[in-house]
Amino acid sequence: MTTPSEAPPGPPGDADPPGPGDTPWSRWDQPSGRWMLPGACPDSRERTLVLEAAARLLFPTVLVFSVYLLFEGHYGPGGGFSGGLVAGLAFVLRHIAGGDDNILVSRFGIRPPVLAGTGLVIAVLTGLAPVLWGEPVLASTKWHISFGSFGYLDVVSSLLLDVGVYLLIIGVVLDLLRSLGSGIARDAREAGETAPRPDTGGGR
Amino acid sequence: MTLLQAFVTLPVLLPMLGAAASVIVSPRASLQRVIGVVTLALVCVVAGVLLVSADSYGPVVAQLGGWPAPMGIVLVADRMSALLLLISTLVTLAVLVYAIDQRISDYGRETASTTFHPIFLLLSTGVSLAYLTGDLFTLFVAFEIMLASSYVLITRRTSASRIRSGMTYVIVSLMSSLLFLTAVGMVYAATGSVNLADLAGRVGMLPEGLKTVLALLLVVVFGIKAAIVPLHFWLPDSYPNAPAPVTALFAGLLTKVGIYALLRTQTLVFPQDHPSTLLLVIAAVTMVVGALGAVAQDDLNRLLSFLLVSHIGFMLFGLAVYTPSGIAGTALYIVHHITVQATLFLVSGLITRRTGTVSIAQMGGLAQTAPHLAVLFAIPAITLAGLPPTSGFVAKLALLRAGAGATPAAEIVAAFVVLASLLTLYAVARVWVRVFWGTPKEPLVDNDPNDELVVGTARSARGMYVGASSLIVVSIVIALFAGPLSAIASRAGDDLQTREAYRSAVLGPDTAPGGPGPVPVAAVPQGPAAAGGGAAIGAMTADDAEGTTSR
Repeated sequence: MTTPSEAPPGPPGDADPPGPGDTPWSRWDQPSGRWMLPGACPDSRERTLVLEAAARLLFPTVLVFSVYLLFEGHYGPGGGFSGGLVAGLAFVLRHIAGGDDNILVSRFGIRPPVLAGTGLVIAVLTGLAPVLWGEPVLASTKWHISFGSFGYLDVVSSLLLDVGVYLLIIGVVLDLLRSLGSGIARDAREAGETAPRPDTGGGR
Repeated sequence: MTLLQAFVTLPVLLPMLGAAASVIVSPRASLQRVIGVVTLALVCVVAGVLLVSADSYGPVVAQLGGWPAPMGIVLVADRMSALLLLISTLVTLAVLVYAIDQRISDYGRETASTTFHPIFLLLSTGVSLAYLTGDLFTLFVAFEIMLASSYVLITRRTSASRIRSGMTYVIVSLMSSLLFLTAVGMVYAATGSVNLADLAGRVGMLPEGLKTVLALLLVVVFGIKAAIVPLHFWLPDSYPNAPAPVTALFAGLLTKVGIYALLRTQTLVFPQDHPSTLLLVIAAVTMVVGALGAVAQDDLNRLLSFLLVSHIGFMLFGLAVYTPSGIAGTALYIVHHITVQATLFLVSGLITRRTGTVSIAQMGGLAQTAPHLAVLFAIPAITLAGLPPTSGFVAKLALLRAGAGATPAAEIVAAFVVLASLLTLYAVARVWVRVFWGTPKEPLVDNDPNDELVVGTARSARGMYVGASSLIVVSIVIALFAGPLSAIASRAGDDLQTREAYRSAVLGPDTAPGGPGPVPVAAVPQGPAAAGGGAAIGAMTADDAEGTTSR
């Protein structure tokens, strides 16, 4: 799994071209060092190095933890919902540290609503699938995979439903970040306001 | 049989799937429209199959995940829920056709939305789940799906006045959700079950006072949703400000779901064998206050909203009589009123687009300038007032016959039914005289072209007329097939009154009760104890129950 800041800035999502006022794709991460989050933020007084470095370290860790929660959910505390929320929090951290608009969205080249929709489709189809085997809707089954002396793994079919929920929640959190976080900043910029004043710290 | 059981889940799962697909394809407007219409049409077919099956072979029950009834979640399609599901989905489909064409004519054919179509379908999911669910907590979830979607629909494309009226709606709805959750918690603490069929046996053993508190709490909760009179204040303030299709959908469906939930819980969980004086009084007050409010309005949409409140009283009256014929009358009235109220709001939207105003005083002469609109308004208006050849007459006759045979109190309230019908007739006749007769007036200009209430244009695309007229056709079909429909409704009323069919279908035939309930009193504390939390409260209440029974 590559950490997002090392990933090449893929082509912009076809359905979501960068709006007016966005940094061009060729140099959207230029000002930042390798360890820092990309600073689309024009004002260096707006940046918090400690937070950026922490976010850089925490982001992959939190994502891995969210996947652990997703798999652990059937028997222990966790599951698709809490896993998705934790993953969403990782993105929130990036947003707070790295700031500005479209970064979260464009890295994936995928629009958050599509993520949420795909998750819901997976979840609903998982619910309907047992009908094909003559079982009631939402029935689940368990596969026992043994690894010899290393132990065994129980894979439950409802894990697929949890994966759907996981994607749905990430999609919702990203959409919230887009509309309530960077969306508000973009609206403010388009309305002619300059960069947020340093003392308020708004718009970060 | 499993396939038929899977069918019960489809009215819930299909719109959810449609909503998800609609989000994914959201840049493509035409694909979204196709998905919406196809999904709702499929749900209509499924609902039809369920109705036929439930009427011929008894309730269809799906146990989700194969978990048996008192533990797991069940979806139940009996005659009542399948009938209301069918008519609700038909209305939703017609409103969607209207809304699609309105959006095309307002924003252009290419404009897609990531919110409108998915949320519309999610609302339909919530409504279907509310009709089908067999337990109280899932009913709460269904209401939440429905309400969360409605919050979005009522505040989309915001303007200041829309936000203001939306806030009223959101706050009142959240308040009632809070009460609902409290009620569910109390019911669970007292009985150790939230399954409606299971509750039917267990609630009977509770002490009389506790039973009354629980019943009243649920009446208040569903009363807020259904806009029964002391709790109706939010409706005329919030509904009229939404765009016409959204108002039509809310007026047609949301309040009726509240009435349905009231009907289901009051007959199944808190059965009575004599008319409820409280509900009779509330029904009479609702009818009269709503109708008088309507007479006083100048705003066309507010007038229709007050008429909606008034006619909620009619449905409540049928329930309050607590006889099979009364419940059958309520079922018929819901079926009739869902279609006709939605039609009236759609037509009101067309009128507003034509005249540029919602103020009746500023309209006039539309019968000359827009004869199609005059016909479209006249038929549902007459139906709502309940003049003889229409479905409104059929439904009101059923209610009056139910009331006439019952107690003197019910007969007095039956007189209020006639009075409120006359007031309704007066209110719509007043609209007719002011809006369609008189000298034609120039349409007003649209003062805010950016909100979703596009006014002042004569442009009304054909699909909007198709949507409105298809609902009129539905209400005419209801009137034509009044015989078979009344027969189904009266069988549904018998089902709800006897409770046998529902209980044995959900819990299995061997647990069907002969007397007040199959669960011995001693078994009551085992429910919460086995479920963990709330054991102490459950045991305490069960002690109370034992005390009362031994006395």
